[in-house]
Amino acid sequence: MRATAWTALGDETAEDVASMDTTIREILADSGWLAVDVAALSDGDDLYAAGLTSHGSVNLMLALEERFDIEFPEQLLRRRTFESIAAIREAVTGLRNGTAGA
Amino acid sequence: MSTETQTAFRDALVAHGLLIPMGVDGLYGRSGVFEDVVERFDALITQWGKDDGAEVMRFPPALNRRHFEKSEYLNSFPQLAGTIHSFEGNERDHQTLLQKLHDGEDWTGMQRPTDVVLTPAACYPVYPTIAARGVLPERGRVVDVYSTCFRHEPSLDPARMQLFRMREYVRIGTPNQVMSFRRSWLERGKLLMESLGVPVAIDLANDPFFGRAGRMLAANQRDQGLKFELLIPITSAEKPTACLSFNYHQDHFGLLWDIRTADGELAHTACVGFGMERVALALFRHHGFDPADWPQAVRAVLWG
Repeated sequence: MRATAWTALGDETAEDVASMDTTIREILADSGWLAVDVAALSDGDDLYAAGLTSHGSVNLMLALEERFDIEFPEQLLRRRTFESIAAIREAVTGLRNGTAGA
Repeated sequence: MSTETQTAFRDALVAHGLLIPMGVDGLYGRSGVFEDVVERFDALITQWGKDDGAEVMRFPPALNRRHFEKSEYLNSFPQLAGTIHSFEGNERDHQTLLQKLHDGEDWTGMQRPTDVVLTPAACYPVYPTIAARGVLPERGRVVDVYSTCFRHEPSLDPARMQLFRMREYVRIGTPNQVMSFRRSWLERGKLLMESLGVPVAIDLANDPFFGRAGRMLAANQRDQGLKFELLIPITSAEKPTACLSFNYHQDHFGLLWDIRTADGELAHTACVGFGMERVALALFRHHGFDPADWPQAVRAVLWG
């Protein structure tokens, strides 16, 4: 489902994706919410398994909103929205393209 | 939930002398009859929990402010917390305070926070206490606590008091120990309450976390099945009242207080909580305002 939503968006370039990934990784690296080095994580790795707590995921949500100037709608305020770098990228991209929760 | 039903039940409890109004919503005195029911239910919990070999700890209804600050309660429930403030001024400040009081002005600005915070849930003092003892024994620990708790949520609903009593068993150990404890209490809690002849249902639940961040914490809690409640209709059939709760905190408190199992892993924790006033109210609601008239089977369970 995630792959479908991602390819359906279409208007992001490879550069946009790379830059967003870098920003997401920066936020995670600066936060101290993870118990492991962010560089060691692949895009699909489970951030909760990497030490992200419930309160950590709330702070991550707020940091993403500030950095990308977005607001997560109610239906995205869930654990799985922030479960991996790929999931976060999908949610942020969706919000920027106006297809939130798609 | 209809506030008329809530006030009608509250008024009836007051009229029967069971609750003594104090002029603030959610703050009540209780009669001897009410207290007898609470004491008998308390003894019944002890009976159902005796095989757990819990260590009894009784704390005053307050926490060390440093422990409270570290607990992250303010992250989740800033709206419910109650802190204790006291006057710490000199004689001149005292005169100012009295003048403000006399003039009907706000005198509370003269108050300063003390080292004491009201207990929001009976288990809060347990975690720093257990952490201070060092690594857990192989079998982990089970602690029995009972405390008056404060939550700032004034309500007309007599089942939502601001100061109420909570009895808890707290399990601290490995994820397996903690999950099997919760599973066992989900069964025991239901059987215990059914023995009292009240209609019960168990449902997934979430805590009243504050704000948008709170909606996310609540969704997380539900997604992961961390909280269950035993519900009994008291002032509404559609929205029954949570009288017991069964909570799995994962490693939240283990991480905060660095509690370690014998293997050196972060401890997981769980608790079962009994809302003492709520259970008493449920009994009065379903069996009548005079325990002498309650069904014989229920009386036998409570009074032997």
